[in-house]
Amino acid sequence: MAGHHGIVSRFAGGSGLRKRLIQYRVLYFMLLPGIVYFIIFHYIPMYGVTLAFKDFIIKEGILGSPWVGSKHFEKAFTDPSFYQILKNTLLISIYKLIFGFPVPIIFAILVNEVSSLRFRKAVQTASYLPHFISWVVMGGIFIMIFSFDGPINELIKLFGGNPVLFMADERYFRSLLVITDIFKGFGWGSIIYFAAISGIDPQLYEAAVIDGAGRWKRTTMITLPMLVPVMAIMLILSMSNILDAGFDQIFNMYNPSVLNVSDIIDTYVYRKGLVEMQYSYSSAVGLFKSVIALILVLVVNRIVRTVGGREYALW
Amino acid sequence: MVKNRTPADVLCDSLIYFLLGCIFLITIYPFWNQVVTALSSKQEEAITLLPKGLSFGSFLLSLDYPGLWSGYRNTILRTVCGVLLGTTVTALLAYPLAKAQLPFNRFFTALVLFTMLFSGGLIPNYLLIKSLGLINTFWALILPGLTGAFNVFIMRNFFRSLPDSLEESAQIDGAGYFSIFTKIILPISSPVLATVSLWIAVAHWNAWFDSMIYIQDPHKQVLQVILRKIIIENNLNDMERMTQGVPLKDLFSTKQLQATVICLSVIPMLIVYPFVQKYFVKGIMVGAVKG
Repeated sequence: MAGHHGIVSRFAGGSGLRKRLIQYRVLYFMLLPGIVYFIIFHYIPMYGVTLAFKDFIIKEGILGSPWVGSKHFEKAFTDPSFYQILKNTLLISIYKLIFGFPVPIIFAILVNEVSSLRFRKAVQTASYLPHFISWVVMGGIFIMIFSFDGPINELIKLFGGNPVLFMADERYFRSLLVITDIFKGFGWGSIIYFAAISGIDPQLYEAAVIDGAGRWKRTTMITLPMLVPVMAIMLILSMSNILDAGFDQIFNMYNPSVLNVSDIIDTYVYRKGLVEMQYSYSSAVGLFKSVIALILVLVVNRIVRTVGGREYALW
Repeated sequence: MVKNRTPADVLCDSLIYFLLGCIFLITIYPFWNQVVTALSSKQEEAITLLPKGLSFGSFLLSLDYPGLWSGYRNTILRTVCGVLLGTTVTALLAYPLAKAQLPFNRFFTALVLFTMLFSGGLIPNYLLIKSLGLINTFWALILPGLTGAFNVFIMRNFFRSLPDSLEESAQIDGAGYFSIFTKIILPISSPVLATVSLWIAVAHWNAWFDSMIYIQDPHKQVLQVILRKIIIENNLNDMERMTQGVPLKDLFSTKQLQATVICLSVIPMLIVYPFVQKYFVKGIMVGAVKG
């Protein structure tokens, strides 16, 4: 985004610049509140990550606390529970990606095949709805749906099975997280594919019909190939969020009996930091995540620019 | 597209309708289950498709629960305030950034962009709010998430896509940048203003974590935190006090009360949602077009 204007900050000589600064002073005043906001609420916390290299003393503040080097990182990297949360984060995130990625695409293609506009609208509207409901409420709903005497277990009993304690069973909990995450997001995620499908030239389909291509052929030979660029971009972009396994969801759905399989970096940082007040250690784990995320975004953006061209890249 | 429908086409159509019908029912069902659970009077039975017995008692009790109302008040307050302030600051920032000729534009753009890539994380943010003395104040809910880089760039791209001729004629008439912005740019920017406002609104409406960690006073808590206490933490102590000594368990099951407050929190959303849905969908399209 920033790279589009090479001419901007070219200096046209000292007095020329001053003249332009005065000419544009109103614009600078307009910038001011936003820039002050970003500095205070984004850049000061960025400085605050130095906490990860200090032993935080409340009375001294971040600035006055003594430096301790990489002590907190060493503590994290030698702690087996750190590797467990890293594993959980990656597993949950990758499962969500693998199973969640195709769903909006299939949904968009199916809906696009429907000729009744009312039916189409109803299905789409219903599918977007969970996106607008918080994970507090969705989490509560899922806990009830999957509870021991909830409707899913009633269904299992109907087919002669034994009810399962889904919410407290380590074997099922990660799958549950993946399924409920797909439930909440697939409709919303499909919008970008609807847009891409509606952008396909209708002449392509008309020509295919003349050539005798059936519906399946038209979908696999035209629609899917035309969606590949969007899919590639969406896939690559989601790679950069691979350490975000879904704090809001997991924090509202997990419980002590499944902590072992569902504790992720973000929930761990919260508990260590704000519950156990280990500010410095928790900051170190958080910083580890932020740095990996930064590297991932930079790498991914480079890949997108090379593969998909500039218009898809973040900058 | 195809006029002569073969039997295979009909079969295929039926299959697609059936599949999508199932998806529709699956998306609706969890919400429906809350409604029937909340309305059932025989809580000992399994409640799946229809209410078992009928009772509005849990709704009446929940509507009398003051926490729900104070939660709604605080949520509405933060949403309105957050949208007004957030959209204003975003637009004020996006307009100058849309001007390529502005000296140091690239510097300011990079300053905003970098916040998308790196963040201080939970603890430094928490300590900042604490040292600013914002703990337990309304502003802790407004200021930290005032806007985001993404909103700024969506708006900047929209402003940039407007034809320059619009401003040039006004400039000849001697109008300054600020009056051009308020009198010419903003009135024609309603699509992007609506989209960004709605994004900010949904974020505020559903926010809970900031209120949970920054606000201690229960009267200042937002709806989502009040809900969280009831439906996630299973803590019904506040409602227990409302039944004049009768144990709450004898009147309603925990599940029923939880389903009731879920319904009461989702219903306003359901009423507003059909009217604003198109702006969100449009917004995704706006976002897809990069400048």
